[in-house]
Parts: sequence; C-alpha cells; structure tokens
Amino acid sequence: MDGMKRVPVREQEPKVRAKNFEEVCLGYNEEEAVAEAKRCLQCKNARCMSGCPVSINIPGFIKEVAEGNFAAAAKVIAESSALPAICGRVCPQETQCEGVCIRGIKGEPVAIGKLERFVADWSREHGIVPEKPEKTNGKKVAVIGSGPSGLTCAGDLAKMGYEVTIFEALHEAGGVLTYGIPEFRLPKETVVRAEIENVKKLGVTIETDVVVGKSVTIDDLMEQEGFRAVFIGSGAGLPKFMGIPGENANGVFSANEYLTRSNLMKAFRDDYDTPIAAGKKVAVVGGGNVAMDAARTALRLGADVHIVYRRSEAELPARAEEVHHAKEEGIIFNLLTNPVEILTDENGWVKGMVVRKMELGEPDASGRRRPVEIPGSDYVIDVDTVIMSLGTSPNPLISSTTKGLETNRWKCIVADEHNGKTTKEGVYAGGDAVTGAATVILAMEAGKAGARGIHQFLSGE
Amino acid sequence: MFQIVRSEKLADKIYLMEVKAPRVAKTCQPGEFVIVKTDEKGERIPLTICDFDREAGTVTIVIQTVGASTERMVQKQAGEYFQDFVGPLGNPSDFIKENPEELKGKKYLFVAGGLGTAPVYPQVKWFHEHGIDVDVIVGAKTKDLVIMEEEMKAVAGNLYITTDDGSYGRKGMVTEVVKDLVENEGHHYDVCVAIGPMIMMKFVCLLTKELGIPTIVSMNPIMVDGTGMCGACRLTVGDEVKFACVDGPEFDGHLVNFDEAMKRQQMYKTEEGRAILRLREGDTHHGGCGHCGGED
Repeated sequence: MDGMKRVPVREQEPKVRAKNFEEVCLGYNEEEAVAEAKRCLQCKNARCMSGCPVSINIPGFIKEVAEGNFAAAAKVIAESSALPAICGRVCPQETQCEGVCIRGIKGEPVAIGKLERFVADWSREHGIVPEKPEKTNGKKVAVIGSGPSGLTCAGDLAKMGYEVTIFEALHEAGGVLTYGIPEFRLPKETVVRAEIENVKKLGVTIETDVVVGKSVTIDDLMEQEGFRAVFIGSGAGLPKFMGIPGENANGVFSANEYLTRSNLMKAFRDDYDTPIAAGKKVAVVGGGNVAMDAARTALRLGADVHIVYRRSEAELPARAEEVHHAKEEGIIFNLLTNPVEILTDENGWVKGMVVRKMELGEPDASGRRRPVEIPGSDYVIDVDTVIMSLGTSPNPLISSTTKGLETNRWKCIVADEHNGKTTKEGVYAGGDAVTGAATVILAMEAGKAGARGIHQFLSGE
Repeated sequence: MFQIVRSEKLADKIYLMEVKAPRVAKTCQPGEFVIVKTDEKGERIPLTICDFDREAGTVTIVIQTVGASTERMVQKQAGEYFQDFVGPLGNPSDFIKENPEELKGKKYLFVAGGLGTAPVYPQVKWFHEHGIDVDVIVGAKTKDLVIMEEEMKAVAGNLYITTDDGSYGRKGMVTEVVKDLVENEGHHYDVCVAIGPMIMMKFVCLLTKELGIPTIVSMNPIMVDGTGMCGACRLTVGDEVKFACVDGPEFDGHLVNFDEAMKRQQMYKTEEGRAILRLREGDTHHGGCGHCGGED
C-alpha cells in the first residue's frame, strides 16, 4: 500500500445521501482502521498532540489501534476527552492535529479524526462504559448548558469526585450537538445521546427545562441550592440578521430556527408535530459550518439550494470536508455575492432576492481580503426561502441576572482562558458564551479549563 | 415530567390547566410566559401565565385548541403529565418594577380579547393585591366564550363585558367600549394594556393613539425555543427588530408593526397560512402541517 495516501473512508453516494438524513460518512471498519493506524510514524515529539485543544495522547491511542487493542485505545482517549465519537465527526482536524502531522508534509496526514471516531464507535458498539468514581467528595457544582463545554466540564469534574448537576434550557440535552448539527453529520440517537449517557454514567445529573437567569438565578443556585461553584457554558446566543429590506418576510429564517426545527423538533419526520417551511428554491446566506448544515438540510428536504457568500472560496470559514460534501451533493455556490434586498409577494412571502456582485480588495482586520461592492452589478436570484447564517450575538439572560458577572464590549462573558475564572467568585465560564461562536472542540477545551479552575478553587477551600 | 393537578373546560375549545412546576411557580411574574410540550412528538407551544401559587408550586395556563399538539394537550387529565413545562420566559410587565404608591396615582385600563383574558388576569390581580383598582374590558364573540368572569370580577375595579353579538353584556367590539368609556362616560386613563388577538390589539392601538393613551400590548408570535436562540418571533417595533421572547412579550403598542406581525403569524399558525405553505411547497412540503398547534 502507498504510505503517502490515507486509507479512504467509505461514504454514502452523493446522489443517494442528498435524499436522506442518514450519516454521510460511514467510517472505518477494523481492518481499515488498523491499516490507517500503521501509517502513524509514532513521532517522539508528537506535533499532533499540541495541535489538539484537549491534548489527546494521539500517538498513544493510534499505537493501540495499530495493534488491534481497540479497548485500550478507547481508554487512552478517555483520559482527555468525554466526547470522542462527536469530535471524531465534527472537529476541524485539518487545521488542528492533522494539519501538523509529519505524514502530511510529503503525503496525506494520518486520518486522526476518522481513527478517533472508529475507536469511539467500536467501544460503544462493544458496550464499554466509563467507570463511575467510587465515591464523591460531597461538593456540589452546577453547570449551565449541556453543550460541548458543559458536558466536558461536568465529565471532568465528576471524574474528580464532584457532584455535578447540569441545567439545560431546552427539553433535550446536547446543546448545539442536538439542535444545531444535523443528523447526517452527527447522528443523535446513536452518537450524541450515547455520549451524553456516558457523561451521566460518571455520576452527572441533567435537569432539562431550566432556563438559568429565568427559572432560577446563579445567585439562587449558590445561596439557596448549595452549589459551591458554577460553570457557565450557555452557548452562542441570538441569531444575527443583515438589516436589509424584506428580512421579516415569511420564508426568511435564521439558520438556528431552520436547524432547530429540523434537528431538535424533528420536523423532517412526518410523525412529529413541528412544521418546517422547507422551500423549493433556497438561498443560504453565509459561508460557515452552520451555513453548510442549513444548506444540506434544505437539500435533503427537497429544495434546490444556493450558498450566497460575499467573499471567495478561499475565505469560506466552513471545514473543507463540509464544503466538499455540499458541492458533491449539488449545492450551488454563489461566491463574491452579497444580498441587498429580499423581494416579497402581496401576502408577505419571499419571491426573490436581489444580490450584488463583490470583488476582493485589501486585507481587513481578520487578515482576509475585504469584499468590495461592484456598482451596477445587482441581479435577482429566484428563491422562495432565505436562510440567514451570519453568526450570533450573546444572549443576555445570564449576564443580566447575575450580580458581579462582567461582560466585555461585545457582551460576551469575561473569563480567563486558562481556568475559566469570571469576575464573580466561584463562577467560571467557557465556550461560545465567552468567545462568541466557535467550534465544538474549542468549547470542550474551555470546559476542561473551567473544570481545572473549579477544582483549584474548591480544593483550596 | 410535570403533573397536571387541575383540568377544566372553560368554553368551546378553551381549557384551563393547573400544572405542578415548582421552579416556574417560585419566580414567575405577571406578563411572563411558559413553553409547554405535551409529549415526545409535540410542538413547543408558548402560553402566557394565567395564575400561579408559589406555595403549592403550581402554574395555571389557559389553552385554546388549534391543531394536533394543542388537541393532545387538552386531552390530558388531572393526574397525568406534560413532558416539558419551561419558564418563566420573557420579561415581567413594566408596572411591577414601579413604586406601587406612584401607581396609585395612575389609572389603568385593561382590554382583554377572548383568550387574552387569561394573561390579563394575573396583571389585574397584581394591582388588586397592591390595593389599586383598575378598569377591565373583556370582549368575546358570544356569551359562551366569555371566560374567567367570576375570577376577574373579584379583582377588577369596574368590569365591562362586551360580546360581538350582544348576547351578553354590552354589544360590539372592545374598541367601542373604550371609546364610550372615554368619550361618553367621562373616564380618564393614563395607561391601557391590551391583550388578545393581534387584529384586536392593532385596532385598540389605533384608537388609543387617537385618544392619547399610552398602550402596552403582549405579542404572541411564532416561537420555537423561547430563549432568544431562533429568532422566529422577531417583529418590528419602531425602527428596531425585536425578539418577542427576550425583548418582550410586552411592547409599546403604538410602535408595533401589526401588519407585518400578522403576516408572519399566518405562516404556520392558521389554516390559511398552512394552505399557502402546501400550495407553495407541493411535494417538498414537510412536517406536521395541517395539524400543527400554536396559540390563536
């Protein structure tokens, strides 16, 4: 076998998967995983580990896979990550572990993400569950939000012996893993629920239907309910809109709404009550992972889909794999294009979108070349649905109801990135509530940091 | 799981339910709402809080059936459970932050239309508990659809009931009563609070603007999560786009763009809206349509 190339991973055919919600990537089998693991050079100074936000012992677990010791590999990963089946699927490996892999200099980097996923799936299928600590230390910690940062923080603290309760605002745990990332990229029942169950098996309690800031405040949790410390992992927040004419027309959605209806409320299934206006011709505005998720969901609901993005392909913030999959499935990319108005019919429904062509100018503060409008280039795209995927702004529910919790000028919670410490004693924070919208793995890194900070605080008491 | 402790049919398609939800009952205030999900496959349905008992840990809601989710909801009997009952959501009415002594110098008029009687009740009750009499107009299509009359009578100052067909109380729309009270019966009001169908709130606001009475309305648009995440409940207030769930649900009625809000509400909530969806989408139409719930 050519050592320069990675073992290809099996996927559903684009034409087939464009019509279903089954997972796109089928993952490695045992044979493929062992073959791919053997490509790892077992570097002494493993650069991949420093590329991993949660510092998984990557050569360590890959060595076990290469030798066929899958249970041992799972143990190595579990030292650092509680959500490997999720990370193996949604991490941007190409800019993290795989991006610095020595194998990648001359050929293709080791498929670390696919191997992680294999190990996690294998251990789930073989009934391997994490061990609950023998006894707790009796100290109660509250975690707000059951997304990636909250689950990670809760899992780490439970392993250290804390009694952890997660408070979740929605009716299902998982945060963005449940309401945001679609089934075809991250299966809910087999992967997300299973990993949440694993966190619960560590002794973590999850109370759903509690909106902290409304149902109960952080001060009440600490003063009346006996929680000695709190970790805020409440996630991103309120969807942004462009502020262009016609944006409140029927048929204009935030990506959050569109995805929540489909993923959390299961509107794509006819046996669930929640409706979704899927659309026949859909434009998704934005170029991030969420935009790709919304576009590929609309496609599976039967629509012709355009991605409308104001910069060029090189600047697309989405993971390369998502863009590649979207193209394969037949999504049309209108790049260097920016919406200026949404046209409506007499009943207030979308009937088209006026867009303007752009060109790239000088680099802006983000280092990306700034898109500049080309005068007189407006034209109309024929669409009946527009999905805005422009990011989010922080949710004020917690910051406005917690005394002494400072926010920065973007209204994000101020927290130390090394230990999650906020301006309020005993309160720690991490994930999108602190950084603004980022990735699952960065939120997990922040959850780990928060757990360390809380442990330092409570063990020093 | 949240246990239903009392269930009562108030009128055709209108039901009252008292639900054990200690966290909500402990902190809720007039003006706020809850989201209720009957079972695994149900919709998340926003409902305004009608009453609460902090000691018993219960919250009372009033539901009007409009589709599959609300039908399944009202079939639940006392002793059975709702899968989810989350809240309180939204912001309390502005007056609860005011000094009750200063409020005594202001005259409030509440205008409740149909199901809107339910969310008006805890507000009127709040004033009553603070020793302030407010006037209340309750409007309904016909006598049988007047709800909570006895409860309202016990807490209101003057209570005026009006029915469209004149089968009970005065005859005509609530706007006619407002006009009569102010122009012909010598009443003066400093603030009006109008809660009911959007079309009623729109016309009350047109009138009170003319009469120079500042008016608060409670908006009940389409919602999914109710915590700010989805943006489905956005509406235009003055020059700004607001989210009813985190910025409201109560707004200055003279600034709300009701025409836009009513169009948006059509989308999934009315048979007409659902029919338009079916027509526009044809074979790509998905999910629950024709039997989706939501408050009228």
